[in-house]
Amino acid sequence: MNLSISLTVNGVRRNVELDDPRVTLLDLLRERLDLTGTKKGCDRGQCGACTVLVDGRRINSCMALAVSLDGADILTIEGVARGSELHPVQAAFIAHDGLQCGFCTPGQIMSAIGLIEEGQAGDDPERVREGMSGNLCRCGAYAGITDAVLDAQRSLTETRQGRAA
Amino acid sequence: MKNFDYVRPATISDAVAAAAEPGAVYLAAGTNLLDLMKGGVSRPDRLVDVTRLPGLDRIERLPDGGIRIGALVRNADLAHDAGFARSCPAVAEALLSGASAQLRNAATVGGNLLQRTRCGYFYDAASACNKREPGTGCDARDGENRLHAVLGWSDACIATHPSDFCVPLVALDAVVEIEGRGGRREVALEALHRLPGDTPQRETVLEPGDLIVALRLPGDAPAFAAHARYLKVRERTSFAFAVVSAAAALRIEHGRIRNARLALGGVAAKPWRARAAEDTLSGATPGQDVFRRAAEAALAEAKPSGDNQFKIELAQRILVRALTLAATGTPERVPALPASPFSSVAGALIDA
Repeated sequence: MNLSISLTVNGVRRNVELDDPRVTLLDLLRERLDLTGTKKGCDRGQCGACTVLVDGRRINSCMALAVSLDGADILTIEGVARGSELHPVQAAFIAHDGLQCGFCTPGQIMSAIGLIEEGQAGDDPERVREGMSGNLCRCGAYAGITDAVLDAQRSLTETRQGRAA
Repeated sequence: MKNFDYVRPATISDAVAAAAEPGAVYLAAGTNLLDLMKGGVSRPDRLVDVTRLPGLDRIERLPDGGIRIGALVRNADLAHDAGFARSCPAVAEALLSGASAQLRNAATVGGNLLQRTRCGYFYDAASACNKREPGTGCDARDGENRLHAVLGWSDACIATHPSDFCVPLVALDAVVEIEGRGGRREVALEALHRLPGDTPQRETVLEPGDLIVALRLPGDAPAFAAHARYLKVRERTSFAFAVVSAAAALRIEHGRIRNARLALGGVAAKPWRARAAEDTLSGATPGQDVFRRAAEAALAEAKPSGDNQFKIELAQRILVRALTLAATGTPERVPALPASPFSSVAGALIDA
């Protein structure tokens, strides 16, 4: 079965011929579009390493069939910086040591961007931890991750308010 | 994963026709189905993708005060819909206590109702499982079964239904709207899931091709909004299925309970409505003694299916705690740790 789909990935329209309907969004990104920043951890929706934004919402790309997302807008870790300028969430992870080995970091950062966009956690560390519970960090950098998300949330909110003023 | 045909029908009637064929299953977000397919537990020949079907992604307020929720509404969208969360706060809390933010952004209302048990032996293709392969036996009976059912189980199957969402829904008399080969019909959510008996492979009353198109909460559901909670004991604070859970919703007038709605999760193959317990509360003044009597009534028929005697007492304590919190009043906003017994809300006991 040949299935033709079209996705916008990091702002670029990509037409993809799928020879197999079993391809997940994660495998499509990594194996066919050479975007290996998105990581495969458990491949079962439990670790969050594969988190990307689909139409602006964070999801586990390992648990989504690519063919079902025909027409979607995808944002991966490769698409968040502006040239050499890091995304505020990326900068905050560095500033707060929100990582050790780094394997979970792309998923953590995409999840944090999604969390801040959802606007439910605010500046409450308990709500940030709860909202980030879909991303496991086996190095245990959770304290730094929470600090980074809170810091990035603050700076992004200030930027937005500045723009609105 | 076994290969399959993929079809994406444009209309509900085309979807029903495509899914009525042997070996066909519906695909919505796939957060449970793909997991089962990757493990070889589910091996469909055809996936019927319903995600583009029109008109199934709306939350509507009905003239009688009820709420109709399209089957494709995402869990996160329903939980964060301000009008819905105000009307059915225990349902919103249950939704936010389930899975992770990523999964809630994808998972659908219809899919949640039909998620499969998390019994480890069902998931392990090398184990005997009457649900997965009828007649092969049940390795859970002599296996790791401390989390298995204490109500409604049979010798053939001791699995539990994993949904949080379904627990307050069944307490509030939710109804599912089903489109099938014979047209549209309605089934009370309480009657959707079957107890295992001798046929644990038949988990619901749905027939081939049947598609859940909407979920409806009746007009009296919002009347419980001021005193409604969902509480869930987990083995970690977030992103875990319930060991046991309870939904409690009360209508309190002049200091007395006019109506009580109670249901338990994690105890049976279906969300467990506790009607006998509700009856003991009717007309009573809220208090620990009457809550304990209600909890005892709710678990009166319970018996362990393995190393899970503790779940019977735990379920009673969590029911008492849910009733206590509900009587205190629904918080303005779902707590930072939704449904957690460890939430530091004023007035909450710290030892259930």
